[in-house]
Amino acid sequence: MCKFCKTNPVIILQNSSISLCSSCFTKYFEKKVFKTIRKFKLIDKKDTIIVGVSGGKDSLTILNILAKLAETKRDLKIKAILIDEGIKNYRNITIKDAQKFCKEKKISLYIYSFKKEFGYTLDEMVKKLKLNPCIICGILRRYLLNKKSRLLGAKKLATGHHLDDESQSILMNQFKNNLELSARLGPITGVARFKNFIPRIKPLYLLTEKETATYAFLKKFNHKYVECPYSKDCFRNDIRDFLNDFENKYPGSKHGLIFSFLSVLPLLKEKYKEEKVHYCKSCKEPCAKEICNACEIIKKLRS
Amino acid sequence: MPKVHLEKENKTLNIQARTIAELLKKLKLNPTIYLVTVNGELVTENYKLKNKDKIKILPVVSGG
Repeated sequence: MCKFCKTNPVIILQNSSISLCSSCFTKYFEKKVFKTIRKFKLIDKKDTIIVGVSGGKDSLTILNILAKLAETKRDLKIKAILIDEGIKNYRNITIKDAQKFCKEKKISLYIYSFKKEFGYTLDEMVKKLKLNPCIICGILRRYLLNKKSRLLGAKKLATGHHLDDESQSILMNQFKNNLELSARLGPITGVARFKNFIPRIKPLYLLTEKETATYAFLKKFNHKYVECPYSKDCFRNDIRDFLNDFENKYPGSKHGLIFSFLSVLPLLKEKYKEEKVHYCKSCKEPCAKEICNACEIIKKLRS
Repeated sequence: MPKVHLEKENKTLNIQARTIAELLKKLKLNPTIYLVTVNGELVTENYKLKNKDKIKILPVVSGG
């Protein structure tokens, strides 16, 4: 029975073993997102927030909650951005879900495609470059999200990254001995890092993937299982399966990982402080070296 | 016997189990990464199954 109202429960919270009904869970979930926003100072009153959406449950959940927040805060503006990488039988399906959702909620949705911006779809790039598709996709998506959000007037770029995503990233970086990358994680990243760099916020930081999926189901956002054809063999999937097995055996492990990471994050940020600012010689976007990774890929495509 | 539909695999099975927890165990599915509905309503692992129940098992993991 639900801990608070003694009706049928829809979820048992993994970290605390508390059972909640649909109404109490929805309140718990939204309250926790708002608390995360306050705790980590993710949003200022007059911000324009661009929400990166894919049409999947995570991004529609955060878009829905931020739109709800904007109803109570007049100066807060919410818009949505979607990057169409050009992945056959995958992105074309989720785009429709995002368009339907934004139309219903009256949220402006801006769509940019790899094909139009770079001349090739991801499917075409993979054939031409013979590189790991997840690497190409990650670099070009981040590039477009930052550039286009800035042009749309964003103060922050919000994403649907949740506790599971973050705990996977932390462990991946540990296993690859890449703590410098971990220093760039956390609920808010890129604050005043570079001119032209839009800080990224993760309001679902303390919510698990199962909690997010439960919220999306109860709100009747589309929950179709559509799998990216490139995702099967990536390192992240193995880490995800490992963490999920571990969580099942030792409940609360993912929360433990996140909270211990948050304790050491200030030290990591201090150690890997970026002092030298670079702007890509080719596109003038902020980057870590003379020519940004996106321009390197574009150059290879055109050669 | 309850009918169980697996959304990811898109297949339907008849499986005898007393609870959702027992059902997931029989299917070797990790309860932390699946949502389960019975007759369209979301339930927890403690739900006691009845003969005519229609069960759907949905993965929470996005495919991206």
